[in-house]
Amino acid sequence: MAKPELLVTPTSVAHIDDVIDAGATAVIVGEETFGLRLAGEFSRDHIKETVYKAHGKGVKVYVAVNGIFHNDRLSDLPDYLKYLDDIGVDAVVFGDPAVLMVAREFAPNMKLHWNTETTATNWYTANYWGRKGAKRAVLARELNMDAIVEIKENAEVEIEVQVHGMTCMFQSKRTLIGNYMEFQGKDLKVEGRSKDRTLILHDPERDAKYPIWEDKNGTHIMSPKDICIIDELEEMLDAGIDSFKIDGILKSSDYITKITKLYREAIDLYLEDPEAYTDKKDDFVEEVRAIQPRNRDIDTGFFFKETVY
Amino acid sequence: MEQITVKTAEGKRIITKKPELLAPAGNLEKLKIAVHYGADAVFIGGQEFGLRSNADNFSIEEMAEGVQFANKYGARIYVTTNIFAHNENMDGLDEYLQDLERVSVAGIIVADPLIIETCKRVAPKLEVHLSTQQSLANWQAVKFWKEEGLERVVLAREVGLEEMLEMKRNVDIEIETFIHGAMCISYSGRCTLSNHMTARDSNRGGCCQSCRWDYFLYEEGESQETALFTEEDVPFAMSPKDLNLIESIPKLIEAGIDSLKIEGRMKSIHYVATVVSVYRKVIDAYCADPDNFEIDPKWLEELAKCANRPTAPAFFENIPGVDEQLFKNHSQKTTHDFAGLVLDYDDKTGIITLQQRNYFRPGDEVEFFGPEIENFTQKVGNLWDEDDNELDAARHPLQIVKFKAEKPVYRNNMMRKEAR
Repeated sequence: MAKPELLVTPTSVAHIDDVIDAGATAVIVGEETFGLRLAGEFSRDHIKETVYKAHGKGVKVYVAVNGIFHNDRLSDLPDYLKYLDDIGVDAVVFGDPAVLMVAREFAPNMKLHWNTETTATNWYTANYWGRKGAKRAVLARELNMDAIVEIKENAEVEIEVQVHGMTCMFQSKRTLIGNYMEFQGKDLKVEGRSKDRTLILHDPERDAKYPIWEDKNGTHIMSPKDICIIDELEEMLDAGIDSFKIDGILKSSDYITKITKLYREAIDLYLEDPEAYTDKKDDFVEEVRAIQPRNRDIDTGFFFKETVY
Repeated sequence: MEQITVKTAEGKRIITKKPELLAPAGNLEKLKIAVHYGADAVFIGGQEFGLRSNADNFSIEEMAEGVQFANKYGARIYVTTNIFAHNENMDGLDEYLQDLERVSVAGIIVADPLIIETCKRVAPKLEVHLSTQQSLANWQAVKFWKEEGLERVVLAREVGLEEMLEMKRNVDIEIETFIHGAMCISYSGRCTLSNHMTARDSNRGGCCQSCRWDYFLYEEGESQETALFTEEDVPFAMSPKDLNLIESIPKLIEAGIDSLKIEGRMKSIHYVATVVSVYRKVIDAYCADPDNFEIDPKWLEELAKCANRPTAPAFFENIPGVDEQLFKNHSQKTTHDFAGLVLDYDDKTGIITLQQRNYFRPGDEVEFFGPEIENFTQKVGNLWDEDDNELDAARHPLQIVKFKAEKPVYRNNMMRKEAR
C-alpha cells in the first residue's frame, strides 16, 4: 500500500524542522495577502527558506494562494506565482479560477491544488478542476467517509482530506468584530481583532464556542471542535487517499509537532500492522486529548454525520 | 465596451441598452404577478438541485405553465439549479435538465461545474448562468467562466461598481448583479454555519440563517474567558441590512450591467409586485431621459411599504460598516399589510371584487396600486361577501369580498393598508 502524504501547517520557518522530524512529508505555508487562514505568516523570503529546508529532507512545499480575489489583488498575482515557481515550490493551492488563469500565463509548469474548502463535494467536479489544470482536489470538510471513499474511487486527481484540526465555517468580507466594537463605542485603535487575540463567539443555544478573527480577507469564524480521526484512518488508507492534512491554525507549534508525530505513528502502524493499529486506537485518541487546549474538544467532524437539506 | 446610449435627432440622449429586470418567484402565482408588474425575467426553483428547500418550488408542469405565461409578455424564465452537488445528487440530473429544456425555460443558474457540464451535454439549448454561490469577485475569474462557455455570470454580493466596470472592460459577458433584497453576510458558497449548528447543508438549500442569530463575544485567556460586552450591550450580531440600490440604478445602467436582480423567492406577491413595479419605473424613466432623471421620492416611499428590514447599499461603493448591520431590532415590522388582490372591477357600478389577504373592515383607509393605475387611497365603505351579504369586516383569508372603489382598478391590482 502506498504511503499517503502527511501534510502539516508549520507556524514559522523555525518550526519547519520540527514538523519534518515529527513525520510531515509536506508542508503548506503562505501569506495572508494571497492565502486564507494560515497557521503562520510566511513572507517570500520565508517561503524560500522553507523550500530550502524542506527539499533538503525530501519534503514538499505547497503555498496557499486560495483567497477569494477581487480585482485589486490580481495585479500582484503574476509576480507572486512566478516567484514561487522560480524558488521551486511544489504546488500552489487555489480556490479562485483567477489563479488558474494567471498560472497558465505566467507559471505554466506550476502544479495546482484545487481547494475552496467548501465546494469540493463530488467526484465529477474534482475531475473537472483536474481537466482545467489541477493535480489535486482538497475535499470539503462537510463530507462523510462514504462520500470521500466514493470520490477517491472515481477521481482522476489526487485527493487530499483534512484529518485533524479546526475548519472554517464562515468568511465575510465585512469587518464584523470591528463593526460590533464600534457599535459598542469602543476604540478600535486599542481593541485587537486579529488572530493573536483569541476571540470567541459563544452560542448559548448549543453552548458552543467559535473562534473568530479579522484579517485582510475579512472576518473568519471557525468550528467549535477540532476534527480528530486518528482512530478512523483505515478506510481512507485502504482507499488510497493521497494526502492527509493536519491543520494547525490557532494552535501552538508544540501542539502541531506533537499531533504530527501521533498521526505519523498511527499511519505507519496501520500500514505495517493493522491489528496493532486497532489495538492502539484508543491510546492515540487519549494522547490527542491530553494535549488539547483548554475548552477545545475533539470530534469526528462530518465523517460520520449526515446533513439534511 | 459596448455602446448603451444614442442621441436622437433633437440631441436628446436615450439609453438603448435597457438592463433586464429580474424578479424572484417562489410559485406560479408569484411568477405571474412578477411578470404582470413588469419583470423582464423571473427566476424560479424546481423540486431539486436548487437552494431554498423551504420555498414552494415548481413542478415541471408548473414551469411549463410559467414559461407559457411569461412568453405572452416576452419575459424569460430561469431556473436555479445552484446546489453544490454531492455524489448522491448526481442521479436524475440529466433527466431534470432535459425536462427544463423541453418546457422551454431560457436558462439555468448554476454553481457546480458538474451541473454546468451536464447541461451543456444533455440540454444544450439552455443558457447557463453562473450563480452568486461561486462568489465571483474578479475579472480574471469572469474570463475563466466566459471561456467555459457561460452566457452570463452573477457576481458575488461583495463586488462594487468600480469592480463591475473593470470586469466589463476586460470581458465581454453578460453580468447580473443583485439590486434589492436580503443578503448573505458570508461569501456565498463558503458558509457552513448551518451544517455545523443544525446539521443542515447550506450549500444544498438547508441554510437556516444562523447568521441572523445572537452570539456573545469573549476573549479567551489562560484560565478563563472575559466578556467583551456589558449587561447593557446588545449581543454580537452579524445580521446585514437588506440591499437597496434604487438610487444607484442610473450608475448600473450606464455601466452596461445586463441584468438587475431582486432577491426573494420566499417573499409574498405583495413584496414582489411592489419592488418590481418601483424598479420598473426607475429603469424606464432613466432610459427614456437619462440627463433629466431624478429619483421620485414616491418610489422610495413605495419600496418602504414592503420592507422587512432597514436597507443599505452594501458593497456598492465601499466595504459596509457598522451602519449597514442590524444589532438590535433584527426584524422590523412592516409598515403596510397586503390586504387584498383585485379579481374583478365593474366599471358601471365601480364595485370591485377582491380576494382578502389580510383583515380589514369598513372605515379602514386602504391604498390601491398596480401597473395600470396611479396609487390612490380611499376609505372602505360598505362591504359585502360574494352573496351580497353585508359584512362588518373581511376576516377570512382568501375570502371573496366586494366594495366600491373610488377610481377604476384592474384585475391583479393590489390593495394594502397601514399595519396596526
